[in-house]
Amino acid sequence: MKNATIHIDETIKTEIGLKPNGVEKEASPGLRFYPNIKFFFAGIFFGLVLIKSEVISWFRIQEMFRLQSFHMFGVLGTAVLTGMLSIMLIKKLKIKTINKEEIFLLPKKFQKGNIYGGLIFGFGWAITGACPGPLFAQLGSGATVVLVTILSAIAGTWTYGLIREKLPH
Amino acid sequence: MLDFIKQPWPWWVSGPLIGITVPILLILGNKAFGLSSNFRHICAACFPSKIAFFRYDWKKETWNLFFAAGIIAGGFIAWNFLSVHNFSINEKLLYDLGQYGITNHEQLVPSEVFNWSSLFSLKGLLMIVVGGFLIGFGTRYADGCTSGHSITGMSNLQFVSFVATCSFMAGGFLFANLIVPLILKL
Repeated sequence: MKNATIHIDETIKTEIGLKPNGVEKEASPGLRFYPNIKFFFAGIFFGLVLIKSEVISWFRIQEMFRLQSFHMFGVLGTAVLTGMLSIMLIKKLKIKTINKEEIFLLPKKFQKGNIYGGLIFGFGWAITGACPGPLFAQLGSGATVVLVTILSAIAGTWTYGLIREKLPH
Repeated sequence: MLDFIKQPWPWWVSGPLIGITVPILLILGNKAFGLSSNFRHICAACFPSKIAFFRYDWKKETWNLFFAAGIIAGGFIAWNFLSVHNFSINEKLLYDLGQYGITNHEQLVPSEVFNWSSLFSLKGLLMIVVGGFLIGFGTRYADGCTSGHSITGMSNLQFVSFVATCSFMAGGFLFANLIVPLILKL
């Protein structure tokens, strides 16, 4: 596929996790149903694991932050170890995607917002007992009022976009 | 087999299964595991309002919305068909929560606080609405959440993700120990 002709600022592109010009090879599935459906199934797998691991329980999160249980730390630690090993293997063995594309992850850039925003997210995590992924799983489990939490999170992201220029980064 | 699945899984089973999501998404289509971006994509799709931060081609990121929809479905299936709802929760925590009138711990969230009618109380408003707002604002400001930074970023040995994760934890420790008890007292 030829490079897209629409011009997007390179920095913005990296920020939103798109690949810089010249690197992107894969045609984006866009709104089409079929190429996206595999991610729906990956989501089902992840949602199942979230529930079964109990990491989305408000009670487990309180236990973690009060240092009353090892469970959450064990889950996070082994998850990172597994992710790390997988990425090492992918790089070492040059494993490709199912469409025979080269796999790569964009580096993330440090800015002060990682700390300020991180603290703010930590506050919300402690209160709701959920991070973004678990919010979706809690909703699925039948805690319908979590829909309000999700809408509120969308409003929070929107507000960040609105006042972004004025915040220290 | 089903009996085994229905039990709560120990951390050494669930942790690796969460971690394996990273290579699954990479191999399925070079996608970086990270869920908070979905809030931004929804803003970009529904109310971009001429804000530069929301003016990008969100349609390229619909895979992540499909992924989130899958999590809702997975949550429904696991909770209704594959779980016995018997959490073993720390005794001290249960005692403390009992002081605030939280006695039902058979759901994922305390049903005394997280219900529709509690939206009309200050306690519910703070827990449900303000809590959600902090998640949405903070994750975007921090450029990622537990999945994007703590799992994907740290797996990819990104120093910034380590810093972000320490900040998540610091904020969480502070609030869970000092502020959440105050809110529950309301």
